[in-house]
Amino acid sequence: MIDTIFLWIAAGLTLAIFSFLYKDNPFYKVAEHIYVGSAASFWFLYLWFFDVEPKILGPFKEVFHAYGFWGMWAHFGATQWILFIPIFLSICMLLRFIPPVAWLSRWAIAFTVGMAAGLGITGALQGYIVPQTQATLLPVWSGDLLTSFNNIIIIVATLTTLVYFFFSREHKGIIGGFAKIGITFIMIAFGASFGYTVMARISLLIGRIHFLIFEWLGSLF
Amino acid sequence: MIKIFLILQFSLPPLPVSEVVAKDVPNDAGGKIQIEWELSPDDSIIDFYTVFKQKKIEGQWSEPETLTVVRSGTNSLTDTDCKDGVEYRYFVRVSKGEEFSDSPFSNIAMSSAQWFHKKRASVLILLIIIVGLLLYFIQKTRKGEELFIRKIAGLDALDEAVGRSTELGRPLLFVLGLGTIADIPTIAGLSILKRVSKKSAEYETDLIVPCFDPVVFVAAQETVKEGYIEGGRPDLFKEGNVFFLSYDQFGYAAGVDGIMVREKPGAVFLQGYFYAESLILAETGNSIGAIQISGTTAVTQLPFFIAATDYTLIGEEMYAASAYLTKDALSLATIKGEDWVKILLIAVIILGIIFESIAFFTKIPWLHVLKNFFTVV
Repeated sequence: MIDTIFLWIAAGLTLAIFSFLYKDNPFYKVAEHIYVGSAASFWFLYLWFFDVEPKILGPFKEVFHAYGFWGMWAHFGATQWILFIPIFLSICMLLRFIPPVAWLSRWAIAFTVGMAAGLGITGALQGYIVPQTQATLLPVWSGDLLTSFNNIIIIVATLTTLVYFFFSREHKGIIGGFAKIGITFIMIAFGASFGYTVMARISLLIGRIHFLIFEWLGSLF
Repeated sequence: MIKIFLILQFSLPPLPVSEVVAKDVPNDAGGKIQIEWELSPDDSIIDFYTVFKQKKIEGQWSEPETLTVVRSGTNSLTDTDCKDGVEYRYFVRVSKGEEFSDSPFSNIAMSSAQWFHKKRASVLILLIIIVGLLLYFIQKTRKGEELFIRKIAGLDALDEAVGRSTELGRPLLFVLGLGTIADIPTIAGLSILKRVSKKSAEYETDLIVPCFDPVVFVAAQETVKEGYIEGGRPDLFKEGNVFFLSYDQFGYAAGVDGIMVREKPGAVFLQGYFYAESLILAETGNSIGAIQISGTTAVTQLPFFIAATDYTLIGEEMYAASAYLTKDALSLATIKGEDWVKILLIAVIILGIIFESIAFFTKIPWLHVLKNFFTVV
Protein backbone atom coordinates (compact mmCIF):
# COMPACT_ATOMS: atom_id res chain seq x y z
CA MET A 1 0.00 0.00 0.00
CA ILE A 2 2.72 2.44 1.06
CA ASP A 3 4.68 1.57 -2.10
CA THR A 4 1.66 2.45 -4.23
CA ILE A 5 1.29 5.81 -2.49
CA PHE A 6 4.98 6.66 -3.07
CA LEU A 7 4.72 5.47 -6.68
CA TRP A 8 1.83 7.88 -7.29
CA ILE A 9 3.68 10.73 -5.55
CA ALA A 10 6.79 10.08 -7.70
CA ALA A 11 4.74 9.90 -10.90
CA GLY A 12 2.74 13.00 -9.98
CA LEU A 13 5.86 15.03 -9.21
CA THR A 14 7.54 13.82 -12.44
CA LEU A 15 4.54 14.96 -14.49
CA ALA A 16 4.37 18.24 -12.54
CA ILE A 17 8.02 18.97 -13.38
CA PHE A 18 7.49 17.97 -17.03
CA SER A 19 4.51 20.37 -17.19
CA PHE A 20 7.07 23.21 -17.15
CA LEU A 21 7.77 22.31 -20.79
CA TYR A 22 4.35 23.83 -21.56
CA LYS A 23 4.62 26.87 -19.28
CA ASP A 24 4.93 27.87 -15.64
CA ASN A 25 1.88 26.58 -13.76
CA PRO A 26 0.69 25.80 -10.20
CA PHE A 27 1.64 22.10 -10.49
CA TYR A 28 5.20 23.00 -11.37
CA LYS A 29 5.29 25.56 -8.55
CA VAL A 30 4.19 22.91 -6.02
CA ALA A 31 6.75 20.38 -7.29
CA GLU A 32 9.49 23.02 -7.35
CA HIS A 33 8.82 24.12 -3.78
CA ILE A 34 8.63 20.53 -2.52
CA TYR A 35 11.92 19.80 -4.30
CA VAL A 36 13.74 22.86 -2.95
CA GLY A 37 12.35 22.36 0.57
CA SER A 38 13.02 18.63 0.78
CA ALA A 39 16.51 19.13 -0.68
CA ALA A 40 17.28 21.70 2.04
CA SER A 41 16.23 19.31 4.82
CA PHE A 42 18.00 16.38 3.16
CA TRP A 43 21.29 18.26 2.83
CA PHE A 44 21.04 19.65 6.35
CA LEU A 45 20.75 16.11 7.73
CA TYR A 46 23.37 14.79 5.32
CA LEU A 47 25.94 17.42 6.30
CA TRP A 48 25.16 16.93 9.97
CA PHE A 49 25.50 13.15 9.96
CA PHE A 50 28.36 12.83 7.45
CA ASP A 51 30.41 15.96 8.21
CA VAL A 52 29.68 17.76 11.48
CA GLU A 53 28.88 14.74 13.65
CA PRO A 54 31.70 12.34 12.62
CA LYS A 55 34.39 14.86 11.69
CA ILE A 56 33.91 17.64 14.24
CA LEU A 57 32.01 16.21 17.19
CA GLY A 58 33.13 12.58 16.88
CA PRO A 59 36.78 13.05 17.95
CA PHE A 60 35.66 14.98 21.06
CA LYS A 61 32.92 12.54 22.02
CA GLU A 62 35.23 9.65 22.94
CA VAL A 63 37.47 11.80 25.15
CA PHE A 64 34.41 13.44 26.70
CA HIS A 65 32.81 10.10 27.55
CA ALA A 66 36.07 8.79 29.01
CA TYR A 67 37.13 11.80 31.11
CA GLY A 68 34.12 14.13 31.38
CA PHE A 69 34.02 17.79 30.43
CA TRP A 70 36.68 19.08 32.81
CA GLY A 71 38.99 16.08 32.46
CA MET A 72 38.93 15.85 28.66
CA TRP A 73 41.05 18.96 28.02
CA ALA A 74 44.18 17.34 29.43
CA HIS A 75 43.67 14.33 27.16
CA PHE A 76 43.24 16.12 23.85
CA GLY A 77 45.72 15.03 21.17
CA ALA A 78 46.65 16.64 17.86
CA THR A 79 43.41 15.24 16.35
CA GLN A 80 41.29 17.27 18.75
CA TRP A 81 43.39 20.46 18.92
CA ILE A 82 43.59 20.88 15.14
CA LEU A 83 39.80 20.81 14.98
CA PHE A 84 39.64 24.11 16.84
CA ILE A 85 40.75 25.86 13.62
CA PRO A 86 37.68 24.79 11.55
CA ILE A 87 35.47 25.27 14.61
CA PHE A 88 36.75 28.83 15.00
CA LEU A 89 36.20 29.54 11.29
CA SER A 90 32.71 28.02 11.44
CA ILE A 91 31.83 30.26 14.38
CA CYS A 92 33.17 33.22 12.38
CA MET A 93 30.74 32.30 9.58
CA LEU A 94 27.83 32.07 12.01
CA LEU A 95 28.66 35.50 13.40
CA ARG A 96 27.07 36.96 10.25
CA PHE A 97 23.83 36.83 12.21
CA ILE A 98 25.24 39.35 14.73
CA PRO A 99 25.67 42.61 12.78
CA PRO A 100 28.36 44.28 14.99
CA VAL A 101 30.73 41.32 14.47
CA ALA A 102 29.42 40.13 11.08
CA TRP A 103 32.70 41.23 9.49
CA LEU A 104 34.44 38.28 11.17
CA SER A 105 32.81 35.97 8.59
CA ARG A 106 35.22 37.48 6.05
CA TRP A 107 38.09 35.75 7.85
CA ALA A 108 36.59 32.36 7.12
CA ILE A 109 35.92 33.29 3.49
CA ALA A 110 39.43 34.73 3.08
CA PHE A 111 40.95 31.56 4.53
CA THR A 112 38.93 29.33 2.20
CA VAL A 113 39.59 31.42 -0.93
CA GLY A 114 43.32 31.66 -0.15
CA MET A 115 43.54 27.93 0.49
CA ALA A 116 41.61 27.19 -2.70
CA ALA A 117 43.79 29.46 -4.82
CA GLY A 118 46.97 27.88 -3.45
CA LEU A 119 45.71 24.36 -3.95
CA GLY A 120 44.26 25.31 -7.35
CA ILE A 121 47.66 26.35 -8.74
CA THR A 122 49.45 23.11 -7.89
CA GLY A 123 46.32 21.09 -8.71
CA ALA A 124 46.04 22.64 -12.18
CA LEU A 125 49.74 22.16 -12.85
CA GLN A 126 49.81 18.57 -11.66
CA GLY A 127 46.39 17.57 -12.96
CA TYR A 128 46.14 19.39 -16.28
CA ILE A 129 49.13 21.35 -17.55
CA VAL A 130 51.97 18.89 -16.97
CA PRO A 131 50.03 15.75 -18.08
CA GLN A 132 48.69 17.58 -21.17
CA THR A 133 52.21 18.74 -22.06
CA GLN A 134 53.54 15.22 -21.58
CA ALA A 135 50.74 13.73 -23.70
CA THR A 136 51.54 16.16 -26.54
CA LEU A 137 55.20 15.16 -26.76
CA LEU A 138 54.57 12.70 -29.58
CA PRO A 139 56.62 11.70 -32.62
CA VAL A 140 55.27 13.12 -35.88
CA TRP A 141 55.85 9.74 -37.51
CA SER A 142 55.19 6.67 -35.39
CA GLY A 143 55.50 3.96 -38.04
CA ASP A 144 51.75 3.74 -38.59
CA LEU A 145 49.82 6.16 -40.83
CA LEU A 146 46.68 6.45 -38.68
CA THR A 147 48.59 6.87 -35.39
CA SER A 148 50.86 9.47 -37.00
CA PHE A 149 47.81 11.37 -38.32
CA ASN A 150 46.29 11.23 -34.84
CA ASN A 151 49.54 12.51 -33.31
CA ILE A 152 49.65 15.44 -35.74
CA ILE A 153 46.04 16.39 -34.90
CA ILE A 154 46.83 16.32 -31.16
CA ILE A 155 49.97 18.43 -31.65
CA VAL A 156 48.36 21.04 -33.93
CA ALA A 157 45.19 21.26 -31.83
CA THR A 158 47.11 21.72 -28.56
CA LEU A 159 49.49 24.34 -29.94
CA THR A 160 46.85 26.40 -31.77
CA THR A 161 44.45 26.23 -28.82
CA LEU A 162 47.21 27.61 -26.62
CA VAL A 163 47.63 30.46 -29.13
CA TYR A 164 43.86 31.18 -29.01
CA PHE A 165 44.19 31.82 -25.29
CA PHE A 166 46.86 34.52 -25.73
CA PHE A 167 45.38 37.63 -24.19
CA SER A 168 48.25 40.10 -24.37
CA ARG A 169 48.42 40.09 -28.18
CA GLU A 170 45.75 41.11 -30.69
CA HIS A 171 44.54 38.15 -32.74
CA LYS A 172 45.91 39.46 -36.04
CA GLY A 173 48.41 38.17 -38.61
CA ILE A 174 50.06 34.82 -37.81
CA ILE A 175 48.73 34.78 -34.26
CA GLY A 176 45.23 35.48 -35.61
CA GLY A 177 45.56 32.62 -38.11
CA PHE A 178 46.71 30.15 -35.47
CA ALA A 179 43.99 31.37 -33.09
CA LYS A 180 41.36 30.71 -35.78
CA ILE A 181 42.63 27.16 -36.23
CA GLY A 182 42.62 26.83 -32.43
CA ILE A 183 38.99 27.97 -32.02
CA THR A 184 38.01 25.63 -34.87
CA PHE A 185 39.50 22.68 -32.97
CA ILE A 186 37.78 23.88 -29.78
CA MET A 187 34.41 24.03 -31.55
CA ILE A 188 34.88 20.57 -33.10
CA ALA A 189 35.65 19.20 -29.63
CA PHE A 190 32.59 20.97 -28.20
CA GLY A 191 30.42 19.58 -31.00
CA ALA A 192 31.53 16.05 -30.19
CA SER A 193 31.02 16.68 -26.48
CA PHE A 194 27.55 18.15 -27.18
CA GLY A 195 26.43 15.08 -29.08
CA TYR A 196 27.84 12.71 -26.49
CA THR A 197 26.21 14.54 -23.57
CA VAL A 198 22.86 14.89 -25.34
CA MET A 199 22.83 11.13 -25.79
CA ALA A 200 23.41 10.72 -22.05
CA ARG A 201 20.56 13.16 -21.28
CA ILE A 202 18.22 11.32 -23.62
CA SER A 203 18.97 8.12 -21.74
CA LEU A 204 17.91 9.95 -18.53
CA LEU A 205 14.66 11.01 -20.23
CA ILE A 206 14.09 7.44 -21.39
CA GLY A 207 14.59 6.35 -17.77
CA ARG A 208 11.85 8.72 -16.57
CA ILE A 209 9.46 7.77 -19.37
CA HIS A 210 10.14 4.10 -18.67
CA PHE A 211 9.23 4.76 -15.04
CA LEU A 212 5.97 6.49 -16.03
CA ILE A 213 4.89 3.89 -18.57
CA PHE A 214 6.03 0.63 -17.05
CA GLU A 215 6.12 1.26 -13.31
CA TRP A 216 3.33 3.78 -12.83
CA LEU A 217 0.93 3.02 -15.69
CA GLY A 218 1.98 -0.64 -15.54
CA SER A 219 0.71 -0.80 -11.95
CA LEU A 220 -2.72 0.40 -13.11
CA PHE A 221 -3.34 -2.24 -15.75
CA MET B 1 60.25 -32.22 -12.87
CA ILE B 2 61.44 -34.93 -10.52
CA LYS B 3 61.16 -32.53 -7.60
CA ILE B 4 57.61 -31.52 -8.56
CA PHE B 5 56.71 -35.18 -8.93
CA LEU B 6 58.11 -35.92 -5.47
CA ILE B 7 56.25 -32.98 -3.92
CA LEU B 8 53.00 -34.11 -5.48
CA GLN B 9 53.47 -37.79 -4.65
CA PHE B 10 55.21 -37.80 -1.28
CA SER B 11 54.07 -34.48 0.29
CA LEU B 12 57.50 -32.92 0.35
CA PRO B 13 57.48 -29.28 1.44
CA PRO B 14 57.64 -26.86 -1.51
CA LEU B 15 60.85 -24.92 -2.10
CA PRO B 16 60.88 -21.59 -0.23
CA VAL B 17 60.96 -18.14 -1.80
CA SER B 18 64.29 -16.33 -1.80
CA GLU B 19 65.66 -12.79 -1.57
CA VAL B 20 62.90 -11.24 0.48
CA VAL B 21 63.61 -7.51 0.38
CA ALA B 22 61.74 -4.87 2.37
CA LYS B 23 62.12 -1.16 1.69
CA ASP B 24 60.37 2.08 2.50
CA VAL B 25 57.94 3.17 -0.23
CA PRO B 26 59.59 6.24 -1.77
CA ASN B 27 57.89 9.60 -2.36
CA ASP B 28 55.03 9.01 0.06
CA ALA B 29 53.63 10.36 3.29
CA GLY B 30 55.09 7.47 5.30
CA GLY B 31 53.49 4.41 6.88
CA LYS B 32 54.22 2.07 3.96
CA ILE B 33 56.85 -0.61 3.30
CA GLN B 34 57.24 -2.44 0.01
CA ILE B 35 58.08 -6.17 0.22
CA GLU B 36 59.47 -8.04 -2.79
CA TRP B 37 60.68 -11.62 -3.18
CA GLU B 38 61.86 -14.11 -5.77
CA LEU B 39 59.12 -16.61 -6.50
CA SER B 40 59.49 -20.16 -5.25
CA PRO B 41 60.81 -22.50 -7.97
CA ASP B 42 57.63 -24.51 -7.20
CA ASP B 43 55.38 -21.48 -7.82
CA SER B 44 53.33 -23.30 -10.46
CA ILE B 45 52.16 -26.03 -8.06
CA ILE B 46 51.87 -24.23 -4.70
CA ASP B 47 48.57 -23.07 -3.17
CA PHE B 48 49.48 -19.63 -1.85
CA TYR B 49 52.06 -17.45 -0.13
CA THR B 50 51.59 -16.09 3.39
CA VAL B 51 53.56 -12.99 4.32
CA PHE B 52 54.47 -12.64 8.00
CA LYS B 53 55.52 -9.48 9.73
CA GLN B 54 57.48 -8.78 12.90
CA LYS B 55 58.17 -5.46 14.57
CA LYS B 56 60.78 -4.50 17.11
CA ILE B 57 59.39 -3.40 20.46
CA GLU B 58 61.88 -2.34 23.13
CA GLY B 59 64.71 -4.21 21.42
CA GLN B 60 62.77 -7.48 21.07
CA TRP B 61 61.11 -8.86 17.94
CA SER B 62 57.40 -9.42 18.37
CA GLU B 63 55.64 -12.70 17.57
CA PRO B 64 55.18 -13.05 13.78
CA GLU B 65 51.75 -11.93 12.68
CA THR B 66 50.12 -12.68 9.35
CA LEU B 67 50.25 -9.66 7.10
CA THR B 68 48.32 -11.15 4.21
CA VAL B 69 47.84 -14.21 2.02
CA VAL B 70 48.53 -13.87 -1.71
CA ARG B 71 48.06 -16.26 -4.60
CA SER B 72 50.90 -17.99 -6.45
CA GLY B 73 52.65 -15.82 -9.03
CA THR B 74 52.64 -12.79 -6.70
CA ASN B 75 56.09 -11.49 -5.83
CA SER B 76 55.44 -8.15 -4.15
CA LEU B 77 53.05 -6.30 -1.91
CA THR B 78 52.85 -3.12 0.13
CA ASP B 79 52.37 -3.14 3.88
CA THR B 80 50.25 -0.03 4.47
CA ASP B 81 49.96 -0.48 8.23
CA CYS B 82 53.40 0.60 9.42
CA LYS B 83 54.41 3.15 12.00
CA ASP B 84 57.16 5.52 10.91
CA GLY B 85 60.43 4.99 12.80
CA VAL B 86 59.58 1.43 13.92
CA GLU B 87 61.73 -1.46 12.62
CA TYR B 88 59.97 -4.24 10.73
CA ARG B 89 61.09 -7.47 9.11
CA TYR B 90 59.18 -10.00 7.03
CA PHE B 91 59.30 -13.60 5.85
CA VAL B 92 57.21 -15.46 3.31
CA ARG B 93 55.69 -18.93 3.80
CA VAL B 94 55.02 -21.12 0.79
CA SER B 95 52.12 -23.52 1.30
CA LYS B 96 51.11 -26.63 -0.59
CA GLY B 97 48.39 -28.57 1.17
CA GLU B 98 49.56 -29.26 4.72
CA GLU B 99 53.21 -28.77 3.78
CA PHE B 100 54.97 -25.43 3.90
CA SER B 101 58.41 -23.88 3.95
CA ASP B 102 59.53 -20.48 5.21
CA SER B 103 61.93 -18.02 3.62
CA PRO B 104 64.74 -16.38 5.60
CA PHE B 105 63.90 -13.04 7.18
CA SER B 106 64.02 -9.97 5.00
CA ASN B 107 66.31 -7.07 5.80
CA ILE B 108 65.09 -4.70 8.51
CA ALA B 109 63.05 -1.81 7.09
CA MET B 110 61.53 1.36 8.47
CA SER B 111 58.88 3.51 6.86
CA SER B 112 59.31 7.27 6.67
CA ALA B 113 57.62 10.27 5.09
CA GLN B 114 59.35 12.30 2.38
CA TRP B 115 59.12 16.07 2.08
CA PHE B 116 59.45 16.01 -1.69
CA HIS B 117 57.92 13.75 -4.31
CA LYS B 118 60.90 13.52 -6.64
CA LYS B 119 58.77 12.34 -9.55
CA ARG B 120 56.87 15.62 -9.43
CA ALA B 121 59.93 17.82 -9.87
CA SER B 122 58.54 19.11 -13.17
CA VAL B 123 55.55 20.58 -11.32
CA LEU B 124 57.84 22.38 -8.86
CA ILE B 125 60.11 23.73 -11.60
CA LEU B 126 57.14 24.93 -13.68
CA LEU B 127 55.65 26.54 -10.59
CA ILE B 128 58.90 28.41 -9.88
CA ILE B 129 59.03 29.60 -13.52
CA ILE B 130 55.40 30.76 -13.41
CA VAL B 131 55.86 32.62 -10.13
CA GLY B 132 59.10 34.14 -11.47
CA LEU B 133 57.40 35.36 -14.64
CA LEU B 134 54.45 36.78 -12.72
CA LEU B 135 56.72 38.64 -10.31
CA TYR B 136 58.77 39.96 -13.23
CA PHE B 137 55.74 41.40 -15.02
CA ILE B 138 54.24 42.77 -11.83
CA GLN B 139 57.54 44.56 -11.23
CA LYS B 140 57.46 45.89 -14.79
CA THR B 141 53.94 47.30 -14.45
CA ARG B 142 54.89 48.91 -11.15
CA LYS B 143 57.56 50.79 -13.06
CA GLY B 144 54.78 52.20 -15.24
CA GLU B 145 54.80 49.97 -18.31
CA GLU B 146 51.35 49.72 -19.92
CA LEU B 147 50.11 46.26 -20.77
CA PHE B 148 47.69 45.34 -23.52
CA ILE B 149 44.79 42.90 -23.27
CA ARG B 150 42.87 41.80 -26.34
CA LYS B 151 39.15 42.28 -26.83
CA ILE B 152 36.90 39.68 -25.18
CA ALA B 153 33.38 39.99 -26.65
CA GLY B 154 31.59 38.36 -23.74
CA LEU B 155 33.02 40.83 -21.26
CA ASP B 156 32.32 43.84 -23.49
CA ALA B 157 28.69 42.74 -23.53
CA LEU B 158 28.31 42.93 -19.73
CA ASP B 159 27.51 46.64 -19.66
CA GLU B 160 25.27 46.30 -22.70
CA ALA B 161 23.28 43.54 -20.97
CA VAL B 162 22.80 45.60 -17.81
CA GLY B 163 21.77 48.62 -19.91
CA ARG B 164 19.27 46.59 -21.92
CA SER B 165 17.74 45.13 -18.80
CA THR B 166 17.40 48.60 -17.31
CA GLU B 167 15.64 49.85 -20.45
CA LEU B 168 13.19 46.96 -20.22
CA GLY B 169 12.61 47.66 -16.54
CA ARG B 170 13.53 44.12 -15.61
CA PRO B 171 15.94 42.84 -12.95
CA LEU B 172 19.27 41.12 -13.57
CA LEU B 173 19.83 37.49 -12.62
CA PHE B 174 23.32 36.27 -11.73
CA VAL B 175 23.87 32.52 -11.31
CA LEU B 176 27.19 31.38 -9.83
CA GLY B 177 26.68 27.71 -10.63
CA LEU B 178 27.32 24.74 -8.40
CA GLY B 179 30.95 25.45 -7.55
CA THR B 180 32.13 25.97 -4.00
CA ILE B 181 34.24 28.91 -2.89
CA ALA B 182 37.26 26.60 -3.31
CA ASP B 183 36.65 26.43 -7.08
CA ILE B 184 38.58 28.97 -9.14
CA PRO B 185 35.70 29.49 -11.66
CA THR B 186 33.47 30.54 -8.74
CA ILE B 187 36.07 33.07 -7.63
CA ALA B 188 36.29 34.35 -11.23
CA GLY B 189 32.48 34.48 -11.30
CA LEU B 190 32.53 36.61 -8.14
CA SER B 191 34.84 39.15 -9.81
CA ILE B 192 32.37 39.41 -12.71
CA LEU B 193 29.52 39.67 -10.19
CA LYS B 194 31.23 42.67 -8.64
CA ARG B 195 31.28 44.47 -11.99
CA VAL B 196 27.64 43.59 -12.69
CA SER B 197 26.53 44.73 -9.24
CA LYS B 198 28.43 48.01 -9.67
CA LYS B 199 26.67 48.62 -12.99
CA SER B 200 23.37 47.54 -11.49
CA ALA B 201 23.83 50.19 -8.76
CA GLU B 202 24.69 52.85 -11.35
CA TYR B 203 21.64 51.98 -13.48
CA GLU B 204 19.43 51.45 -10.41
CA THR B 205 18.41 47.98 -11.54
CA ASP B 206 17.63 45.10 -9.20
CA LEU B 207 20.13 42.25 -9.10
CA ILE B 208 19.02 38.77 -8.02
CA VAL B 209 21.67 36.23 -7.00
CA PRO B 210 20.36 32.78 -5.97
CA CYS B 211 23.19 30.68 -4.50
CA PHE B 212 23.83 26.96 -4.37
CA ASP B 213 26.60 26.86 -1.78
CA PRO B 214 26.20 28.50 1.66
CA VAL B 215 29.77 29.86 1.73
CA VAL B 216 29.48 31.18 -1.83
CA PHE B 217 26.24 32.83 -0.73
CA VAL B 218 28.06 34.73 2.02
CA ALA B 219 30.85 35.72 -0.41
CA ALA B 220 28.28 36.78 -3.03
CA GLN B 221 26.45 38.95 -0.51
CA GLU B 222 29.71 40.69 0.41
CA THR B 223 30.65 41.10 -3.27
CA VAL B 224 27.32 42.62 -4.27
CA LYS B 225 27.40 44.95 -1.26
CA GLU B 226 30.88 46.15 -2.28
CA GLY B 227 29.72 46.58 -5.88
CA TYR B 228 26.83 48.78 -4.77
CA ILE B 229 29.19 50.82 -2.59
CA GLU B 230 31.59 51.26 -5.56
CA GLY B 231 28.63 52.17 -7.74
CA GLY B 232 27.82 54.96 -5.30
CA ARG B 233 24.41 53.57 -4.32
CA PRO B 234 24.78 51.45 -1.15
CA ASP B 235 21.19 52.39 -0.29
CA LEU B 236 19.95 50.31 -3.24
CA PHE B 237 21.57 47.10 -1.97
CA LYS B 238 18.88 44.61 -0.99
CA GLU B 239 20.31 41.86 1.20
CA GLY B 240 17.34 39.60 0.43
CA ASN B 241 18.11 39.64 -3.29
CA VAL B 242 21.25 37.58 -2.69
CA PHE B 243 20.01 34.38 -1.09
CA PHE B 244 20.74 30.71 -0.52
CA LEU B 245 18.40 28.62 -2.67
CA SER B 246 19.25 24.94 -2.44
CA TYR B 247 22.22 22.63 -1.99
CA ASP B 248 20.69 20.09 -4.37
CA GLN B 249 21.70 20.26 -8.03
CA PHE B 250 18.29 19.92 -9.65
CA GLY B 251 16.47 21.52 -6.74
CA TYR B 252 18.64 24.54 -7.46
CA ALA B 253 17.98 24.29 -11.21
CA ALA B 254 14.21 24.06 -10.61
CA GLY B 255 14.35 27.04 -8.27
CA VAL B 256 16.38 29.21 -10.67
CA ASP B 257 14.05 28.27 -13.54
CA GLY B 258 11.11 29.34 -11.41
CA ILE B 259 12.76 32.70 -10.70
CA MET B 260 13.46 33.17 -14.40
CA VAL B 261 9.88 32.60 -15.53
CA ARG B 262 8.34 34.64 -12.70
CA GLU B 263 10.76 37.58 -12.40
CA LYS B 264 11.53 37.66 -16.14
CA PRO B 265 15.05 39.14 -15.84
CA GLY B 266 16.28 41.18 -18.80
CA ALA B 267 19.79 39.75 -18.52
CA VAL B 268 20.97 36.43 -17.17
CA PHE B 269 24.61 35.86 -16.21
CA LEU B 270 25.67 32.24 -15.84
CA GLN B 271 29.20 32.52 -14.49
CA GLY B 272 30.90 29.79 -12.48
CA TYR B 273 31.18 26.04 -12.48
CA PHE B 274 28.20 24.16 -13.89
CA TYR B 275 27.22 20.55 -14.30
CA ALA B 276 24.22 18.90 -15.98
CA GLU B 277 21.88 21.78 -15.08
CA SER B 278 23.65 24.16 -17.49
CA LEU B 279 21.36 23.55 -20.46
CA ILE B 280 18.20 23.65 -18.32
CA LEU B 281 19.19 27.11 -17.05
CA ALA B 282 20.42 28.43 -20.41
CA GLU B 283 17.34 27.19 -22.30
CA THR B 284 14.93 28.72 -19.76
CA GLY B 285 16.84 32.00 -19.95
CA ASN B 286 16.58 31.83 -23.71
CA SER B 287 12.83 31.13 -23.58
CA ILE B 288 12.12 34.31 -21.61
CA GLY B 289 14.08 36.40 -24.12
CA ALA B 290 16.82 37.51 -21.73
CA ILE B 291 20.24 38.47 -23.04
CA GLN B 292 22.50 35.78 -21.64
CA ILE B 293 26.23 35.87 -20.91
CA SER B 294 27.68 32.58 -19.78
CA GLY B 295 31.13 31.50 -18.70
CA THR B 296 32.57 28.32 -17.27
CA THR B 297 35.62 26.11 -17.33
CA ALA B 298 33.50 22.93 -17.37
CA VAL B 299 34.45 21.52 -20.77
CA THR B 300 31.38 19.28 -20.95
CA GLN B 301 28.98 22.18 -20.29
CA LEU B 302 30.56 24.81 -22.56
CA PRO B 303 28.91 23.39 -25.72
CA PHE B 304 25.48 23.95 -24.17
CA PHE B 305 26.30 27.51 -23.23
CA ILE B 306 27.65 28.21 -26.70
CA ALA B 307 24.44 26.82 -28.21
CA ALA B 308 21.95 28.50 -25.90
CA THR B 309 23.43 31.82 -24.73
CA ASP B 310 24.37 35.03 -26.53
CA TYR B 311 27.97 35.30 -25.32
CA THR B 312 30.19 32.67 -23.75
CA LEU B 313 33.44 33.06 -21.88
CA ILE B 314 35.42 29.93 -22.67
CA GLY B 315 37.65 28.60 -19.91
CA GLU B 316 40.53 30.97 -19.29
CA GLU B 317 38.61 33.94 -20.70
CA MET B 318 36.74 33.85 -17.39
CA TYR B 319 40.00 34.11 -15.47
CA ALA B 320 41.03 37.09 -17.59
CA ALA B 321 37.75 38.83 -16.68
CA SER B 322 39.07 40.50 -13.55
CA ALA B 323 42.02 42.04 -15.43
CA TYR B 324 39.88 42.94 -18.43
CA LEU B 325 37.14 44.65 -16.46
CA THR B 326 39.26 46.55 -13.97
CA LYS B 327 42.33 47.13 -16.20
CA ASP B 328 44.17 46.94 -12.91
CA ALA B 329 47.95 46.83 -13.47
CA LEU B 330 48.51 43.89 -11.13
CA SER B 331 45.87 41.74 -12.81
CA LEU B 332 47.14 42.68 -16.28
CA ALA B 333 50.64 41.67 -15.23
CA THR B 334 49.38 38.19 -14.30
CA ILE B 335 47.73 37.86 -17.74
CA LYS B 336 51.01 38.82 -19.39
CA GLY B 337 52.91 36.35 -17.20
CA GLU B 338 50.45 33.56 -18.08
CA ASP B 339 50.92 34.30 -21.78
CA TRP B 340 54.66 33.89 -21.39
CA VAL B 341 54.09 30.56 -19.65
CA LYS B 342 52.07 29.50 -22.72
CA ILE B 343 54.91 30.59 -25.01
CA LEU B 344 57.32 28.58 -22.87
CA LEU B 345 55.06 25.51 -23.03
CA ILE B 346 54.72 25.85 -26.82
CA ALA B 347 58.53 25.97 -27.11
CA VAL B 348 58.91 22.93 -24.83
CA ILE B 349 56.25 21.00 -26.76
CA ILE B 350 57.91 21.76 -30.13
CA LEU B 351 61.31 20.73 -28.75
CA GLY B 352 59.79 17.57 -27.26
CA ILE B 353 58.12 16.68 -30.56
CA ILE B 354 61.47 17.03 -32.38
CA PHE B 355 63.20 14.89 -29.73
CA GLU B 356 60.50 12.20 -29.83
CA SER B 357 60.48 12.11 -33.64
CA ILE B 358 64.27 11.68 -33.78
CA ALA B 359 64.11 9.12 -30.96
CA PHE B 360 61.63 7.06 -32.97
CA PHE B 361 64.16 6.60 -35.77
CA THR B 362 67.44 6.56 -33.81
CA LYS B 363 66.23 4.80 -30.59
CA ILE B 364 68.55 7.03 -28.54
CA PRO B 365 67.16 6.79 -24.98
CA TRP B 366 68.19 10.24 -23.71
CA LEU B 367 65.99 11.89 -26.34
CA HIS B 368 63.00 10.95 -24.16
CA VAL B 369 64.36 13.36 -21.53
CA LEU B 370 61.46 15.84 -21.87
CA LYS B 371 58.79 13.16 -22.00
CA ASN B 372 60.22 11.57 -18.85
CA PHE B 373 60.58 14.94 -17.14
CA PHE B 374 56.89 15.72 -17.63
CA THR B 375 55.74 12.29 -16.50
CA VAL B 376 54.21 12.82 -13.07
CA VAL B 377 53.02 10.04 -10.81
